[in-house]
Amino acid sequence: MLFRQAGILHTNYAQDRALFPIPADRWMIGGLLLLAAAAPFYMSTLYLSSYMLPWLVWTAAALGLNLILGWAGQFHLGYAAVMGIGAYAAVHAQRNGVPWEIAIVLAGLTAAVIGSVFAFAALRVKGLYLALSTLALQFVMDWTISHVPAISGGTQATLQAPDIRILGQAVTSDAGLYYVALVWCVLVTTFMLNLRRTALGRALVAVREKDYAAAVIGVNSFYFKLVAFATSSFIAGVGGAILIGTFYHAVTPEQFSVDVSIQALAMVIVGGLGSIIGSYFGAGFILLMPGVMNTFISWLTAQFGFSLGIETLAHLPHALYGALIIGFLLIEPLGLGKIYGNIRDYLLVWPFGYVKK
Amino acid sequence: MDILLLLESALNGALVGLMYSLVAMGIVLIYKSSSVPNLAQGAMVMLAGYVILAFSNQLGLPLWAAIPLGIVTMFIIGVGIERVALRRLAGRPIIMILMMTLGIEIFLRAGSMTIWGGTSRPLPLGISDAPLFLGPLLINRAYAVGAGVAVAMFVLLVLFFRTRIGVVLRAISDDYTAAWSVGISVERGVALSWAISAVVATIAAVLWGSVQGVDQSLALLLLKGVTVAVLGGLDSIGGALLAGILLGIVEGLASIVLDPLLGGASRELVDAAMLILTIMLRPHGLFGRHDIERV
Repeated sequence: MLFRQAGILHTNYAQDRALFPIPADRWMIGGLLLLAAAAPFYMSTLYLSSYMLPWLVWTAAALGLNLILGWAGQFHLGYAAVMGIGAYAAVHAQRNGVPWEIAIVLAGLTAAVIGSVFAFAALRVKGLYLALSTLALQFVMDWTISHVPAISGGTQATLQAPDIRILGQAVTSDAGLYYVALVWCVLVTTFMLNLRRTALGRALVAVREKDYAAAVIGVNSFYFKLVAFATSSFIAGVGGAILIGTFYHAVTPEQFSVDVSIQALAMVIVGGLGSIIGSYFGAGFILLMPGVMNTFISWLTAQFGFSLGIETLAHLPHALYGALIIGFLLIEPLGLGKIYGNIRDYLLVWPFGYVKK
Repeated sequence: MDILLLLESALNGALVGLMYSLVAMGIVLIYKSSSVPNLAQGAMVMLAGYVILAFSNQLGLPLWAAIPLGIVTMFIIGVGIERVALRRLAGRPIIMILMMTLGIEIFLRAGSMTIWGGTSRPLPLGISDAPLFLGPLLINRAYAVGAGVAVAMFVLLVLFFRTRIGVVLRAISDDYTAAWSVGISVERGVALSWAISAVVATIAAVLWGSVQGVDQSLALLLLKGVTVAVLGGLDSIGGALLAGILLGIVEGLASIVLDPLLGGASRELVDAAMLILTIMLRPHGLFGRHDIERV
């Protein structure tokens, strides 16, 4: 593991531009993939279906948000609404007899079309005003979903999601659902990893850094903003559909409220803007944090023999979650991904720390 | 449709709108001095409500003592938020600053519920429920008082900006590099604007608390506040006042005209639509300053 760069000399461009130029990284990724694929064989179903599965689905969603926020630099406070569009589209398509494979693509396309509305806000304004208009669009979409009975099945209604069927075969076991989530997450991750190396990815970064400057060097910033919103909405839509299909099994408007948008944002910020490994860390951190906090608080109260009110216990994890966002922004604004990067860079040349990469 | 009914709801809407502009004024004050869009203003209103209730219920103080104590406490909290959280973020991308205010929002909202619990509790100001008639129009007394206080607050702020400290704040909002170079402590000025905005939030908390009780729903005033602030222009206090009246009237009329059509709850939709329309048609608002962007 240590000094992994020693003796690695790339002799052509293809090697140098490989996804993982350092063999140790390739081995590590391969090992992690094997571990992930074998997870149903050594993990209890509780861990598999209530920790691993939501973690993978939310990581894919966070990666989609990272595309718009970290790569294209456009604020998006309505991400959950776009996920909701995908979820409802998929559920309605399935209930009308569309096979699941086509239904999730439909979900992605519907979300991409409606999500591109956000891009027209981005054409007109940016920065703060874009954030506020996407927030307003989130409210409009929430309202539309919950007040149009054709979509939600009436106010306060819950729509049962049909089973996932792949090639006509119903997927209902925990392991099966887990593999659906795993495949989706790996697909999105591969897409995002490759995005960095394409003209599209570089154009998005140019737009992020300064859209006027990008326009001056010939990057059509509006076109790329539109592409970024459409792509990330597609990922969000399919992600929402998979979240419903594999985890919730029923869809209600509250699952995609503005709080969920903020939660997705928190995943990206805590993980690190523009960091892929960071999205994994961020999603895991935000999802696991409340449970860990609850355990920790009840351990503390048992240890010191005081008791907290039921309301205090209910709201304390939420307050700590806010405090964590504040803390990350103050201490490490680039998030967990940056912390990982620092450790990795240190270990790459350890014990010869004075050798600059 | 009855024209009197429409007039009445427009009038009451205008009064409610003036109360919205109290929340908006806090957002404008902070944005003017430091270009920070404070999405935690709603949570600050909610916290202020709980603080006043803590003074009056838990310490048993009368309201006339609890409110000034609440104002002092919130003044300190406002300075503290700026000092701890926002000062270090100066010059960072807007994404980080927005996320920070969202983090503060979550922290304050959940934190005050952790301490005091989430059940709604009354904050009686002693305004009578007896109807007030203006000709044939029925006016809600609590709204009328709230609107009066909002206008008084606006006058106070205008007068404040003519004092020496107020001129310093105006200089900062105009050009903070220039303000720095003539020896104005920009940090202190920004901290002061946070403090004043927290005080305005306390006033809003008293009025809104007396209308709808103190609970989590006070934090939802954020959407109204942001809409009013953007509509009036994010750096115009007078704009916030007028935009408040405008939004209030539109909401009041919409609730009569649209509610039967849409099955209720059209207010939030109207707010969001107003916000989107303003941003699309006139991003700098009715009275805001038009910014020129350089590459």
